[in-house]
Amino acid sequence: MTERAGPRNAWTSLMTSDGTAAAPSGEGLHLEGLTKVLGTSTVVDGLSLTVPAGQMCCLLGPSGCGKTTTLRMIGGFILPEQGAVRVNGLDVTALPPEKRPTAMVFQSYALWPHMSVFKNVAFGLRLRRLPRAEVEARVDAALSLVNLGHLRERRPAQLSGGEQQRVALARALVLEPQVLLLDEPLSNLDAKLRVAVREEIRDIQQRLGITTVFVTHDQDEALSVADQVAVMWQGRIEQTGSADAVYRLPRTTFVAGFVGQVSTLRGSLGPHGVRLGRGGQLVPFTGGALAVPAHLQAGEWDVAVRPEDVEVVEDQGDLGAGATARVVRETRRGHFKEVLLQLGAPEDRQGPGSGDLVRLRAYVPARPGPGGGSARVSLRRVLLYRDGVLAHEIGDRAAVVRTGGSYEQRTGRL
Amino acid sequence: MKVPLRSLARRTPPAAALALLALFILGPLAWLLLWAFAGTWTYPALLPQHWSLDWWGEVFSAPQLWRSIELSLFFSPVVTAVSAVVCLPAAYAFARSSFPLRRSFLVLLFSTNAFPKIGLYLAIAGLFYSLHIMGSAVGVVLIQLLGTIVFMVWIPAAAFAGVPPALEEAARDAGAGRVRTFLWVTLPVAAPGIFVAMVLAFLASFDEAQGTLLVGAPNYVTMPTQMYSLVNNYPPQAAAVFALLLSVPSVALMLLVRRHVMGGALARGFQLH
Repeated sequence: MTERAGPRNAWTSLMTSDGTAAAPSGEGLHLEGLTKVLGTSTVVDGLSLTVPAGQMCCLLGPSGCGKTTTLRMIGGFILPEQGAVRVNGLDVTALPPEKRPTAMVFQSYALWPHMSVFKNVAFGLRLRRLPRAEVEARVDAALSLVNLGHLRERRPAQLSGGEQQRVALARALVLEPQVLLLDEPLSNLDAKLRVAVREEIRDIQQRLGITTVFVTHDQDEALSVADQVAVMWQGRIEQTGSADAVYRLPRTTFVAGFVGQVSTLRGSLGPHGVRLGRGGQLVPFTGGALAVPAHLQAGEWDVAVRPEDVEVVEDQGDLGAGATARVVRETRRGHFKEVLLQLGAPEDRQGPGSGDLVRLRAYVPARPGPGGGSARVSLRRVLLYRDGVLAHEIGDRAAVVRTGGSYEQRTGRL
Repeated sequence: MKVPLRSLARRTPPAAALALLALFILGPLAWLLLWAFAGTWTYPALLPQHWSLDWWGEVFSAPQLWRSIELSLFFSPVVTAVSAVVCLPAAYAFARSSFPLRRSFLVLLFSTNAFPKIGLYLAIAGLFYSLHIMGSAVGVVLIQLLGTIVFMVWIPAAAFAGVPPALEEAARDAGAGRVRTFLWVTLPVAAPGIFVAMVLAFLASFDEAQGTLLVGAPNYVTMPTQMYSLVNNYPPQAAAVFALLLSVPSVALMLLVRRHVMGGALARGFQLH
């Protein structure tokens, strides 16, 4: 039996008294070139990731992207073909799960149905042959951390989904792991509870200062709780960065499409706007002051536009305020509306084949207008992709055009 | 109050079928029960002419009958325990690992039940002679073990397969090795299915007559084996008394299973893929 090393003292005192956030210690979690092949498919493909000590990293991606496999390799349930897992400098790649300083919260919670809540949480401590009084104290501390002290004698079957989830969390935390692994921990909860529990998890994670990897396919979840988001696709990490960076500057068209809403269209740049679709009309940048450098005006781009970067005003007939568009659909979203716009006035169209059908999604305030089916559209910010990779961001907020150098160099300054 | 005639007519056929079925199952038992307490009972009479407890006294005062009760109560638990030790790891392997010909092996286990037992026993008897375990307790345990293997592998394998792997992974994650994970998590969660299998194994062993007669006689004559000589050498009353005694453990265990085991455990035994 290996005793798990770690920042025990600060940790334990924190579980009993709600003190200030614990100072993270160690070097965090390092994944180096992890590769897992199942049959003929490479599920995880040379994945490298660093989670600084005390931070929460979300592995975000669609199902089948390899995020859960990655998590299970960190936990020791799957051995990688290649690569290494390091926890606070210690190489744990070859260790079985019971010898790793990691603790997992399973998607299905995996509470033992024949044990009470108390015994579920105490299991790992009893394995370590700790004195009875210490087991009691630490289990009680862990249960009160997740506000479940009053349910310690219940069986898992007598608990609600949210309560079971918290028992699973307490069971993982009571062992004072150096890395906490969460495998879609909220996917079995209903929408309201999901938000409450994810905030609770984030709160506990920050108070304990515990290095955490959180797997989810829900971008909302990832963006709202993570220090760092790693977007995965086809066994690779497409982009790593803060939630803001990943949302604002998605490195690839996949990330742009997966994280948040986006309209992606073929297009080219003019001096003061973007021509969307082949033979489409020019959509100007909002305000009209932005000048696009000449070298960007050559060739076609994949142009990605976030809905909140589309400026929509009522069509009052004056030319120059924006491109003409028709409102195809409006969806109420509470304090704002989601509007689907089709560029080009009906009278502009010569018939089918005269140009691409260009549709843009926009968020506009929920106040009345632009009504009547017709609107003027301009763009506050667009992202330009070539071969699926972000090349430039052009926007009105800073009125600058980001050009030159590789994207990776630029993210450093963001 | 008037019962609608049509509804009565509709209910009659199932009720009649049910009554027939009950007669078919319970009839022989009732007949046994009557014989066990009968003094004299000759043909035309529907019930015994005289009632008597004499044959109960007779059975309990015959030393070789007592001995066979003792032997049965010795062999059945031993066989059940040995069967559990041998078969449960195999059941776990069938449930959790995939190896070549897994399904074939699983079906192959059934082969001991697929052929006429007596032929199998004769072949085994030859083997037992050469191993010098004919007429020994070891021989009896081995021959009875044979009939328990199917229950003891199939049902627990289904029970183990029904334990979510995440429960075991959670135990490993908490620091338990493979053995402790099995003993503290897998086994308790699969317990209802294993319990059912053990009951069936116990009964299979308790009722086993042919093999035990061949291998154990004359040193080890268990209750079902004793029945052969009882039927031949005693009046029907003695055999009836003994048959009732033989059914006591079965009935008791079945009631226990009904009361203590979760509903689907037995049915689940036959859903293994």
